[in-house]
Parts: sequence; structure tokens; C-alpha cells
Amino acid sequence: MVSRTTDDYVAMALAGCEAICEPAFWAGFDRASEKGFYDYFRQITDYEPRRAAKFGLKHYSWLCINPKEAEDVSLAEAVLALIPEFIDQPNVLGIGEIGLNKNSRNELKVLEMHIDLAARHDQLILVHTPHLEDKLKGTKLILDVLASDSRINPGRVIIDHVEEHTAPLVLDRGFWAGMTLYPESKTTPHRAIDMLELYGSEQVWLNSACDWGISDPIAVPKTALEMRRRGYDAASIDRLLYQNPASFMSQCPKFAIDGFSGVVGA
Amino acid sequence: MSEEKTPPAAPNLVDLGFMDARIKAIDIAAFFDRVQRHGQSDDYRVAALRAALPELLSGETGRARRVLEALSDQSEEPIPAAVIQGAFGAPRPTES
Repeated sequence: MVSRTTDDYVAMALAGCEAICEPAFWAGFDRASEKGFYDYFRQITDYEPRRAAKFGLKHYSWLCINPKEAEDVSLAEAVLALIPEFIDQPNVLGIGEIGLNKNSRNELKVLEMHIDLAARHDQLILVHTPHLEDKLKGTKLILDVLASDSRINPGRVIIDHVEEHTAPLVLDRGFWAGMTLYPESKTTPHRAIDMLELYGSEQVWLNSACDWGISDPIAVPKTALEMRRRGYDAASIDRLLYQNPASFMSQCPKFAIDGFSGVVGA
Repeated sequence: MSEEKTPPAAPNLVDLGFMDARIKAIDIAAFFDRVQRHGQSDDYRVAALRAALPELLSGETGRARRVLEALSDQSEEPIPAAVIQGAFGAPRPTES
């Protein structure tokens, strides 16, 4: 987790986490050239797995140029050209987090380039949906782009950061839905559990935001506590918080964690 | 979709959530007082929040979804270019 300290790895290990799934994302600033991405890809495919392993945590990553830096199509083309060199690294699960940020034409073009790359290399896809007022429009645009590519199997795509107004759009079209938990500004544990009651828990994955801003790497374990307070039994909690993400990620043969040996409910 | 659509027999959800909802309601009231006191009530974000609040008093479920929709850009076409990276929580007057 390039944006976090080792204290966060310790907290996650103590809370019972087994693995970290780190998407390629914004560095807190725009990188000056594709060389910045080359070093970043080295970091999340080589150094971070070794840093996480010191705390008993497996580390998986995704590769892309994130939507915030996707306005520059020439830069995006140069970054995408780097990805095949890293795609066979043992901890790489797929292409992500791709998607949209401000819903611009260039962002859409770069999204289509990423989808094509994923399809040509038979990769899982992790999609970022825009923030706040841009989320509803962006989610609709993303769903249309994905649906327009006949090579894409919705069951191998997770669309992240869903909220009450976008979760049913995603799930109704057969995609996985990710609920990113934040202490503020996005989905809280309370609302995530509400959405499970409204929309069901199949093809749903909860994740702790580990961002540059205020976020909580053990938001998922805290949601388990909230589910217990609301009467959910251990099997339901395990299925949602552990078996579901393991089920999705195990579609990539490189994914392996102790205690999970097959696809459940997919 | 799945079994979780029928939630377990709920504990007293009012016991679990009332104090949190109470403080958030008071925070919103204090926010409106604060921006009015300082002459900032005409900000488009304040107006958008005020317009969304009647959903809280609706008798229909789906309040959270409708508040989110009220605070969303309702346009459908991609914008020509992204000239900023951030978001503000409510569509700027030119967006919808």
C-alpha cells in the first residue's frame, strides 16, 4: 500500500486480514512521464509484496493508468505500452482501477484502450467509478462501454465504489459491485449493510479504502463487527467479507490464499 | 439476488443508530445556520443540499438513493475535456 505506513499493515494483520489487493491509482500528484509509471509498477509488483510479506500478508496488485491521469491520451498510450512487461508478474490480478473521473471524452477513450488490453490478455478488470456528483453519470457511461465490447464477461469485472444509486445498475447487468468503505465522504459500514439488505450479497465485495486522504485500512473488519451487532451470523459475515472477494479474485489462477480452494456462489 | 435480502431478525436498530442520526441532523442544522450567518447561503452546494433534504421526510423508502440522485450530475454526454480533477459534492449550475 504505497500510500500507507507499516502501522497499517500491522493493524490489518492483527484484525485478521490475509491478503491485500492494491489497484494502480493516483500518486497524490500527476506523474511527469511514463517513466514514473514504470517505477510505480515495479513498486507494486516487487517491493510492496515483500513489504506486506513481512507482516504475513499476501499482496496482489492491478495495473493501469488511473482515470485522474487519463486526460492525456498520449501519456496513456505510453503507459499502456508498459503494462505487458509486468502483466505476468506473480501478484498481478488484472487491469485496474480503470474507469472515469470527470467523465470526459479522453477518459472514455483511455477506458476503451484499457478494456481492449484486458480482453487481449484475458485479464480480470477492476473499475473505478467517479466521485460524488460525477458518479451516477460516470457509472452509466462505463456500463455502456463495457457492454459494447462482446469480449467482456461481466462476471470477470468488478465495478467499485458503488452507492445506493449505482449498485442496482451494476448488479442488474451481471457485474460484480465493490463497496468502498470510508470514515467520511463515501460508503459507511452502516450503509454498506443496508445495501446488502436492499440488493443482496451475491457478486458484492466490500473493501477498505487505503487512500491518501482520511481512510481506514481496517474498515472491512469494522464492518464485520457492525454486522454482528445487527444480528448477522458468522457464516454470513464470512461469505460476504472473505469468500466473495476470494471467489472473484480466484478467477485469476495466480490468486491463492489459505482456507479458500474454490469459487463460491459465482 | 441472494439470501442476504432477508436480513436476520434485527436488534433494536433505533438503539443502534438514533444517537448517530441525531447528531448528524443537528450538524446539518448548524451548517445551515453557519453559512447563513456568514452570508454564504447562495452557494450552489448549499442550494443543492437544501433541495435534497425534503427526501428525508418522505414516507417512501429509497431516501438515500434519491438524495444521492438529487446531488448528481444528470447530464448524459461526456464532457469535452477534464479541466479539473476534483469533485464538489453537487453539480455545478452549468453541469445539469
